[in-house]
Amino acid sequence: MEKQKLVMIGNGMAGVRTLEELLKLAPDHYEITVFGAEPHGNYNRILLSPVLSGEMTLPEIMLNDLDWYRDNGITLHAGRKVVGIDRRQRVVTADDGTVASYDRLLLATGSNPFILPVPGRDLPGVIAYRDIADTETMIATASAHRHAVVIGAGLLGLEAANGLLLRGMNVTVVHVGDWIMERQLDRTAGGMLQRSLEAKGMRFLLAHHTSELVQGESGRVAAIRFKNGDSIPADLVVMAAGIRPNIELAKAVGIQCNRGVLVSDTLQTFDPAIYAVGECAEHRGVAYGLVAPLFEQAKVCANHLAQFGIGRYTGSVTSTKLKVTGIDVFSAGDFSSADGTEDIVLHDPGLGIYKRVVVRDDKVVGAVMIGDTADGSWYFKLLKDQQDISNIRDHLLFGQHGLGDVGHKGETVAANLPDDAEVCGCNGVCKGDIVKSIKGNGLFTLDEVRKHTKASSSCGSCTGLVEQILASTLGGAYQTTQSKDKPVCGCTHLSHGDVRTAIREQHLLSALQAMKVLDWKTPSGCASCRPALNYYCLSSWPHEATDDPQSRFINERAHANIQKDGTYSVVPRMWGGLTTPGELRAIADAAEKYAVPTIKVTGGQRIDLLGIRKDDLPAIWADLNKAGMVSGHAYGKSIRTVKTCVGSEHCRFGTQRSMDLGVKLEKMLFDMYSPHKVKLAVSGCPRNCAEAGIKDVGVIGVDSGYELYVAGNGGIKTEVAQFLAKVKTDEEVMEYSGAFLQLYREEGWYLERTCHYIERVGLDHAKAQVVNNATRRRELFERLLHSLQGAKDPWAERVEAERTSALAREFQTLEATA
Amino acid sequence: MSAHPVQTASNDWLAICPASAIPLLGARVVRTALGNVAIFRNQDDQVFAVQDACPHKGGPLSQGIVHGLTVTCPLHAWKIDLDCGEAIAPDQGCVARYPVQVRDQHVYLSLTPLPRTTET
Repeated sequence: MEKQKLVMIGNGMAGVRTLEELLKLAPDHYEITVFGAEPHGNYNRILLSPVLSGEMTLPEIMLNDLDWYRDNGITLHAGRKVVGIDRRQRVVTADDGTVASYDRLLLATGSNPFILPVPGRDLPGVIAYRDIADTETMIATASAHRHAVVIGAGLLGLEAANGLLLRGMNVTVVHVGDWIMERQLDRTAGGMLQRSLEAKGMRFLLAHHTSELVQGESGRVAAIRFKNGDSIPADLVVMAAGIRPNIELAKAVGIQCNRGVLVSDTLQTFDPAIYAVGECAEHRGVAYGLVAPLFEQAKVCANHLAQFGIGRYTGSVTSTKLKVTGIDVFSAGDFSSADGTEDIVLHDPGLGIYKRVVVRDDKVVGAVMIGDTADGSWYFKLLKDQQDISNIRDHLLFGQHGLGDVGHKGETVAANLPDDAEVCGCNGVCKGDIVKSIKGNGLFTLDEVRKHTKASSSCGSCTGLVEQILASTLGGAYQTTQSKDKPVCGCTHLSHGDVRTAIREQHLLSALQAMKVLDWKTPSGCASCRPALNYYCLSSWPHEATDDPQSRFINERAHANIQKDGTYSVVPRMWGGLTTPGELRAIADAAEKYAVPTIKVTGGQRIDLLGIRKDDLPAIWADLNKAGMVSGHAYGKSIRTVKTCVGSEHCRFGTQRSMDLGVKLEKMLFDMYSPHKVKLAVSGCPRNCAEAGIKDVGVIGVDSGYELYVAGNGGIKTEVAQFLAKVKTDEEVMEYSGAFLQLYREEGWYLERTCHYIERVGLDHAKAQVVNNATRRRELFERLLHSLQGAKDPWAERVEAERTSALAREFQTLEATA
Repeated sequence: MSAHPVQTASNDWLAICPASAIPLLGARVVRTALGNVAIFRNQDDQVFAVQDACPHKGGPLSQGIVHGLTVTCPLHAWKIDLDCGEAIAPDQGCVARYPVQVRDQHVYLSLTPLPRTTET
């Protein structure tokens, strides 16, 4: 097939990101030509301010250098401006006469700075702040002149002012509004920011309207005059009073425009052969100026250009999390104090901290923060997900406390960390490595940082910190990616919730069937989605769905835990942590027979045999089975253990028979697979020797019965279990616990622990289903028992299969014979 | 089952196992003089043979999840392209590939490694 021709007008971040996405999806579909008015490759416009202030250099902010275009076979006409489009013939013409024909045209012309229509606006020394050339002019001017005036106290203006200040100029910021950054900040926050900037030497003239720029003797600008008659000296005037979508060309050739070029949800203009993305486009009445939404548009546009046609852009909720000249600022949503809203405010002028969260109907609708913005992305997530905050309202302002604190002792402000501070303890990644990778590789999202640096890609406890580093490195370009609608993985655009609903509604019975029916983009998924799909099918359709062993992680396939050297560890089940001389003897015999190098008592009151070769697994299982022991499931996203204390059987303080109850619970839940691992504990009294306070389900015996706690976690981030209910009998404990776990099995996302599940849906939801509604509780409990009915020991099954099935000796290493 | 095209003149084929002994989207391990070799079978019934050691920390690739032309290492989730032996970017590294073919429903392996496919 002959390649189609794609021409892109504009060579900025949104457009080039579209090309990158397109090349990933359909590398050979188009012959691509790019026209850019600037004589450079694609650079990170957001980082122009560090260049101005001297913290970075131009080569450091290049995202795609000229080699990138060459390597991807893209023809780049840099420094050539397109002046005409012939929509009939599908040809574009540049100012130097270059022509290019297209099958698809992509407009990514960005925006133009708004130049105040005042006398003197064309004088030498009057510039905008938009591109590399402007930045270079400012740097040159700073070394020869003294007085700079910046018109506009938005983000761009303040950054320009700061850069010029650092370059040694005398800087005054002129603003028409009553306070600075009024689109992002309320009056209090604006005032605080202004005072801290004034402390650095910046001067402000608020509520000042410019009337004229006055020419000096040298011919360049010399002063600025205001409507009130005052004037101040100015050798350099930077216009930063806003941007306007650059739609001149589109308008001239009759493409429908409003404020920007009008586009549909597939980023197409009224001419379906012509697409538009980025700051020049207007989608559902909004023209975006932040990078994150533009990247979302790029994804959808690329998807459509690649003729996949499954993506739709439905608009973005934006937040601003940025560093204005060293001061952390965050804002999102609506904070205008409209009717029906309530403000929750924490204001400490001494510490320079201001946090205001605006709430309507128990939902966050806006937030403004200055000084301490660590929890900005959390508030933004609450806002985007429309989460009910009535439960957490009393401590909402104190933040999520969800930041990683492993190895950095609760250090929560990423900006203060030195470069050699270890951020990711699992993979040994320091802050400096992350910052370098973000800048060097042009990364914008958490997922990209995970891929490139491995930080936060293992246990995830440092995710909050990594997000902060992203935010402080990128400034306004950063947008949190967490959301309910996040796709399961790159193989689909569906979220966990979507997939599970589809499996339930369309009666899908295997991972492979689900991938086919749900239009998976990859032929056989990946290591992230297949185990999830397999679990969702099995948990939605117990006894009906087909388990696909190849869609399970090796531990669940081999019923043992893989170790770093490729050997396995075997943990026989000891119900409730109880054992007998006979069992211990069998374990000792097996350990000797298979030369087990390490024997260790686990945290869950079991015995772990480590260092067993895969070939030996079926044999050691057969031996342990003979002594009456079964698999301990120490390897699975499944019921792990029920830990117990000795309780009233022996203990002088015990109030309940905790060992008995533990054994009963563990037998009931045997072979229960779940979104993630599940651990229980039963303590016989509130001294809680079984540590029930950090378990998925914790039971604490008291004189009058049992207290039930759920959603605790002793791992990555210690979470104290929350009180669910108080019950009287063993039977009630089993029913309540079982119903809670079934709810989690039906609603939890794959690899979501109970603590994260409850954080997402709220404890009240679980209480409503399990505690307050007896019918619902019994239904859940019955569904759990139904799905666990006839559970077999996976070891015994495997041993049996070894003797009978075609793939019988799958665990055995093959020998090569000539 | 169709064998993956093999561009080698080698005639040192070793008989390994019946093709049916390798699970679809799975793998088997062969003990050889050159260490363990993993033989994979993917969705399209193609077979691949690579050294059973991830370029990252030597993890047994044979125990990973097979998808498309790729296996994900069970230890730290590196993805290895079975067709060219290279780790998928941004990870970097490669594993040795061996010629493998299916004849008369039987799997044959050669221990003459295939040359690297990328120029580095």
